[in-house]
Amino acid sequence: MKLIEYQAKEIFRNYGILTPKEYLATNPIEIVNLGKVMGFPLVLKAQVPVGGRGKAGGVKLVRDEVELEKGANQICGMNIKGCIVNKVLVSEVVSHENEYYISITLDRATGLPLLICSSSGGIDIEEISRKEPEKIEKIDYDLILGLKEYKLREVFNRLFSNVSNKSSFYIDFSGLLEKLVDIYFKEDATLVEINPLIISNGKFYALDAKILVDDNALFKHPYFEKFREEANDETLQEKMAREAGLTYVSLDGNIACIVNGAGLAMATMDLVKYWGGEPANFLDIGGSSNPEKMLNALRIILTNEKVKAILINIFGGITRCDDIAKGLLEAMQNLNINLPISVRLIGTNDESAKKMLFSANISVFSQMDEAIKDVVEKAKKEGI
Amino acid sequence: MSILIGNESKVIVQGITGRDGSFHTQQMLSYGTKIVAGVTPSKGGSEIFGVPIYDSMEEAVRETQADVSVIFVPPKFAADAIIEAADSGIKIIVCITEGIPVNQMVRVSKYLSLKEDVRLIGPNCPGLISPGKCKVGIMPAQIFMEGDVGIVSRSGTLTYEVVYNITKAGLGESTCIGIGGDQIVGTKFIDVLSLFKDDPQTEKIVIIGEIGGDEEERSADYIRANLRNKKVVAFIAGRNAPPEKRMGHAGAVILQGKGTAETKIKAFEEAGVKVASKPSDIPGLLK
Repeated sequence: MKLIEYQAKEIFRNYGILTPKEYLATNPIEIVNLGKVMGFPLVLKAQVPVGGRGKAGGVKLVRDEVELEKGANQICGMNIKGCIVNKVLVSEVVSHENEYYISITLDRATGLPLLICSSSGGIDIEEISRKEPEKIEKIDYDLILGLKEYKLREVFNRLFSNVSNKSSFYIDFSGLLEKLVDIYFKEDATLVEINPLIISNGKFYALDAKILVDDNALFKHPYFEKFREEANDETLQEKMAREAGLTYVSLDGNIACIVNGAGLAMATMDLVKYWGGEPANFLDIGGSSNPEKMLNALRIILTNEKVKAILINIFGGITRCDDIAKGLLEAMQNLNINLPISVRLIGTNDESAKKMLFSANISVFSQMDEAIKDVVEKAKKEGI
Repeated sequence: MSILIGNESKVIVQGITGRDGSFHTQQMLSYGTKIVAGVTPSKGGSEIFGVPIYDSMEEAVRETQADVSVIFVPPKFAADAIIEAADSGIKIIVCITEGIPVNQMVRVSKYLSLKEDVRLIGPNCPGLISPGKCKVGIMPAQIFMEGDVGIVSRSGTLTYEVVYNITKAGLGESTCIGIGGDQIVGTKFIDVLSLFKDDPQTEKIVIIGEIGGDEEERSADYIRANLRNKKVVAFIAGRNAPPEKRMGHAGAVILQGKGTAETKIKAFEEAGVKVASKPSDIPGLLK
């Protein structure tokens, strides 16, 4: 789960990391009213859960009331990569010279957290590592020692070679990194990032904030549920799927895919593309053998109006094919499905499943490629 | 020969009385796996399918001299179950459970690295099978056939898809291992590749990767340097996955531009590994 800037900053402040003075607004009138109280200049920042908002015009500097009103009207309702802006952070401008980057993330290769710092903040870390890899500093986190003091000192000296009053700065810097580590472990994050990090009046400020939380640990943090509701960044189908205990990711195409298992579901959407079709979604109904799951899966994909044809690809192991067939037939009766369906079933109890579906006039394939070619064909016919 | 497990493996099922644990215990028993004990705290002294149940791993290992355990306990308790198995002297721990918080696994994997001779497979994996010898996991046994193809994968049902194609083509499998779909797993691609390298039964290798992380890239380097004597074919799932979205597996996510299918495919191709466009092409590339 990805926290939006204002949510991540709320966590930052709880841990004592400074942020600019800023308030959340949900419409142009609120923004204008805030502006009158806060004074100028101000920055308006669209609160959307996608990257690249700056380039899309989702961050605006305003210097007076005229610009404020214009900016407020432009930014509210703006569409940034499919996300409609309905929350805006109205922030004071904190003067600064340099922008830094710091983050702590899980290094999958070592299985340990890794701190990354750079004096080239303000741009994406990918861009920094491409353009100026020599400016990236890394500190391994040790589960026994934490952050090694001598490493911290080395990195500090390289990053802040020209600041005055080094010793008090060093205390602030190491304190800041400790706070990031604290957030990382206590909030079960897999990424905590400040970019840019700036220095103003001798203090560190987080101008932006990004936190990724481990979905597997959400049960420990019930208040993140409030963040998820506020973020409202799921499509209708993604929300329905989560509530039904299924995994769904929305895509742009018109062939709905229902698959058991994440790897097979990914391979299925790749093959839909390979055979000339466009997948509408990734949907993993998981391993267990409950006819209810098929019913829920169909209910979810039918809410997507773009869908022209349905592909069901099941490799029966724990999942029994006859349960899948039963769920499908029930759904056909209850949900009034008018779209063409191609079914691929193989594995546990596939023979009886095939018999059930044949008598209901549903074509069943044994080979994945054949079923996918069939559904691509059907989607094309429907699309005309 | 097979790797990691064989005819002589003695297996304990942790969480043997749960829904999944009991179902798969039955399946493994009927495959011929020697399940010597089950562990469910507070149910010690009873038995299930003729398998004695103990309260703790320590007791179960002491009584049975088991060397392998397979874990079916719920995610909240699974990390502790791994530690308990490691402390009991078990050598190979297979964790099927999906949903263990990653920062728990950070500590578990560090703890295991300090122990000698303990190998964790998973979590969030289907387990492993050496056809005709032993199955420790949840894969459907009927699709396997003994043969010379070693398979290692981050996935479950996609592995079955590949195995189905390989067996249908008249090739068989030496050992098939699902290493798990999480960000942190106990056994990585390279660990398995190095075991296959020295396994006389394994002549050919299939590696089934997916988006996220860089284990595929590291494997490509390893293969180029160390595995010239065996034919290796790869398949990568998620060519069309959108960035920043978790595709079912906790570890299947493209983050900050890293972990795309393209870079993995490119790395394999540069290492001379043929990459199949679809699972049904794999048998042809192995021949």
